[in-house]
Amino acid sequence: MRITPTADFMLEPILDPPIDANRDQGSSRDAIGLGQAAGKGLNTRHGTILTLEDISVSFDGFKALNALNLYIGVGELRCIIGPNGAGKTTLMDVITGKTRPSHGKAWFGETLDLTSMSEVQIAQAGIGRKFQKPTVFEALSVFENLELALKTDKSVWASLRAKLTGEQNDRISEVLETIRLTTSVNRAAGLLSHGQKQFLEIGMLLVQDPQLLLLDEPVAGMTDAETEFTAELFKSLAGKHSLMVVEHDMGFVGAIADHVTVLHQGSVLAEGSLAQVQDNERVIEVYLGR
Amino acid sequence: MNQPLMLTAAQKAGPKVTVAVGALILAVLLSLPLLSLLAVDNPLHVSAYTLTLVGKILCYAIVALALDLVWGYAGLLSLGHGLFFALGGYAMGMYLMRQAAGDGLPAFMTFLSWTELPWYWSGTDSFLWAMCLVVLAPGLLALVFGFFAFRSRIKGVYFSIMTQALTFAGMLLFFRNETGFGGNNGFTNFRSILGFGITEPGTRAVLFLATVLLLVASLFIGWRLARSKFGRVLTALRDAENRLMFCGYDPRGFKLFVWVLSAVLCGLAGALYVPQVGIINPSEMSPTNSIEAAVWVALGGRGTLIGPLLGAGVVNGMKSWFTVAFPEYWLFFLGALFIVVTLYLPKGVIGLLKKRGEQ
Repeated sequence: MRITPTADFMLEPILDPPIDANRDQGSSRDAIGLGQAAGKGLNTRHGTILTLEDISVSFDGFKALNALNLYIGVGELRCIIGPNGAGKTTLMDVITGKTRPSHGKAWFGETLDLTSMSEVQIAQAGIGRKFQKPTVFEALSVFENLELALKTDKSVWASLRAKLTGEQNDRISEVLETIRLTTSVNRAAGLLSHGQKQFLEIGMLLVQDPQLLLLDEPVAGMTDAETEFTAELFKSLAGKHSLMVVEHDMGFVGAIADHVTVLHQGSVLAEGSLAQVQDNERVIEVYLGR
Repeated sequence: MNQPLMLTAAQKAGPKVTVAVGALILAVLLSLPLLSLLAVDNPLHVSAYTLTLVGKILCYAIVALALDLVWGYAGLLSLGHGLFFALGGYAMGMYLMRQAAGDGLPAFMTFLSWTELPWYWSGTDSFLWAMCLVVLAPGLLALVFGFFAFRSRIKGVYFSIMTQALTFAGMLLFFRNETGFGGNNGFTNFRSILGFGITEPGTRAVLFLATVLLLVASLFIGWRLARSKFGRVLTALRDAENRLMFCGYDPRGFKLFVWVLSAVLCGLAGALYVPQVGIINPSEMSPTNSIEAAVWVALGGRGTLIGPLLGAGVVNGMKSWFTVAFPEYWLFFLGALFIVVTLYLPKGVIGLLKKRGEQ
């Protein structure tokens, strides 16, 4: 039995969004990579920020994703769970352009076709990603890490003459406070503890100001207190941003998620609240092997 | 309890000492050409040999700095920078050959019984056009090579091997007489530059000064780049390219910019090298030359601006002494040096000095 989504933003997924002028953003700017402006305002008229339909990815005949459908609403905080090899990381790779689906449609907002955009264009359009293993620029200081991630013109020419405005400095200090790294602002990021690196990477996503944040196991290696704090942080982000969190820690998922999607063998097994999903017989079967 | 105090004192003294030493070296370099103009019997006279040797090492130092920009900052180890250096040198050499030949054909062409100049030699009798070629030849080659290499996301060892193959291919091409660059003899027997005799002390002094200026300019460019956001993006690119892409930066443009800049600096260094040394031939493109440049950078300390200059100076200084004193052992010594640096000095001499300073 499949649990159908109940939240009202799920009511009208757009099957075939109209193609309009915004789309050429995806194809022509890529020629040499010397100059690219930040993404324009995103059209989310129908309340869905991410639309994945019938997505399939196969590696040498192995189907990592199999006719997957997923809709994420504007401002939603969605958790993705599933056993190892269910396709969670591949799903993120497809959304961020790292892996091309062999079949299916992926739309960001109403107008941006993710399957035809490069990783850089997708990032500029407003999708931020945190990797499973915390990845920060180890040789640079915490401040410089945030400076690089900051939402601004990221072309070569702009970087040659870039100077931080007061406003941008304030934004960085604000995020430093949020991720509790104010005292380590001048430390090299490589010297931070594992948990601090996780927070720095989350901070880098925040200053990037994306509309959709993809977080791959954000609390792995964090202490209980840090996990609790992260849960608070994510809940405060939802609404302003849309979040998609892949996580194994069920306690954490229970603390943040109003809506959970279970992946199994590359497709959606169940969707609903955590309690609904946990009661689902097929989910129990997959997780407990009964 | 005293240690933190000592430490801050040392840190404060650090930049001052560096600036003082730098200024001293610059003063010496600027006075060398003036001293070379003194009469031969003057005790302060600097011989043409010394001036040429130091000028040559300064050209190598520019190459080391250019290589460090791509290797130390952007993490792209090029084993083909000798090619860009030689291309700049050949462009300058074409002008010098035309000067030497006057209205006739360069000597090697008459020897091959060619009756007219190949099309790519046209305009090389003009100094200005030759200077354009010095920038354009290495710059365009780097642009085209870099565009395709970075578009295909070629990195690490594969990139190094491709650059090595590129310079090797260049060497084979220039070895051929039909290519029109003098085959394995290359260009030599230069007479004049802009009408001034090439071996005259005044000309040598000016060429030397130009080299010092180019070195200072390269240092300034490197310093500005390293301090700008562009430099930080390069460091980020070296350490975590994926992260950078998901931050919204397109790595290709950044790599291409620094790669072409580096090639052009090498070309300019080559153009100043040729009139001072008096010869350019395809052996400048041999893979070992490019590898040696990587040794200079590694020995001095990559990712710093002073390190490569120090490395180029130390290795070439030792080389000119060694090849006179024990000619047959130089290559063994160079190999041993590389092993020692790799094993014990991962951050080069600069890293060692910094460590000392902190202790």
